[in-house]
Amino acid sequence: MNRIAVEKKVLNENQILAEQLRERYRENGVLCVNLISSPGSGKTALLERTLERMDKSARVAVLTGDLQTENDARRLAKFGFPVRQITTGGTCHLDARMIGKHLEDWKLENVALEDLDLLIVENVGNLVCPSSYDLGEDAKIVLLSTTEGEDKPLKYPSIFFKSELMLLTKIDLLPYVPFSADLARENARRVHPGMEIIDVSSTTGEGLDRWMDWLKARQEKARLQGVVG
Amino acid sequence: MVPMHELGIASSILESVQKEAVRHPGAHISKVGVKIGELAGVDRDALQFGFEVLVKDTELEPLALELELIPRVQRCSKCAYEFRMTDFDPRCPLCGDLATQCISGEELDIAYMEIDDS
Repeated sequence: MNRIAVEKKVLNENQILAEQLRERYRENGVLCVNLISSPGSGKTALLERTLERMDKSARVAVLTGDLQTENDARRLAKFGFPVRQITTGGTCHLDARMIGKHLEDWKLENVALEDLDLLIVENVGNLVCPSSYDLGEDAKIVLLSTTEGEDKPLKYPSIFFKSELMLLTKIDLLPYVPFSADLARENARRVHPGMEIIDVSSTTGEGLDRWMDWLKARQEKARLQGVVG
Repeated sequence: MVPMHELGIASSILESVQKEAVRHPGAHISKVGVKIGELAGVDRDALQFGFEVLVKDTELEPLALELELIPRVQRCSKCAYEFRMTDFDPRCPLCGDLATQCISGEELDIAYMEIDDS
């Protein structure tokens, strides 16, 4: 019997594809963000408000993932930016291969990375599996809503650890729900010390300026990297 | 891709085993060792179960999966002390500083394979 050392990542294939995507984003100066949360935390509502606030000339596109239906793409398409639905047919997360395939198919509709500054990926509603699959994004962003438990960061530490930014959503509901925003933030920072957190409400618009500023700052950084590269 | 997280991961491990097997004609891979970090978000029982289901009644049998759990270890940025992090308390037990960095616990790596040459 012979033991050989292998030492490679289990999701090596996905990792290779993700790195290729990352390189393509970098070359084109595109910022790619990967939005992850439980189902119903308000990813699509946040994107509606985000696209609504974008300049009409903004070079932004959205890939939105779900197990079934084109509903989210329909909701987001009305703002006039390219939106493409990825239906996974049962798979609980998006992987780099799916992103690559849809970027290819998108070219047939004249949507290409070189014409974009921002690509937003809305992952399948799930706090577990999307955390394992790198999509080549610049940043993972996790959403936690005030109608969930404050201890979610402790129950699902992986995604909170890997996300650069946490959006605490539905803060307009704070007076009506037994949710302590302080405790939620404390739990998130226990798992991920120093994590950036922005409180938002897609209903009242509170906090959305800060979120848009965050995106703008990161976009500028990505653009400069593209210029330098 | 299969509609369950751990099953997808099991199937990725098996792809690696099959690739490795091609490089060793006439030999049989009997065991694969995988490191799973505490922060990897992978359930070991579900992975073990998914792996067994995928291997059953294939030419890969007998093939065992050995999982090694890698604890989350932090290193203190101030005094360089390394410690096992429990209960998400990032504070350095030596100097009390809060600026500690995660240096392991995110692994999802194939570590080794055992090959029977007979």
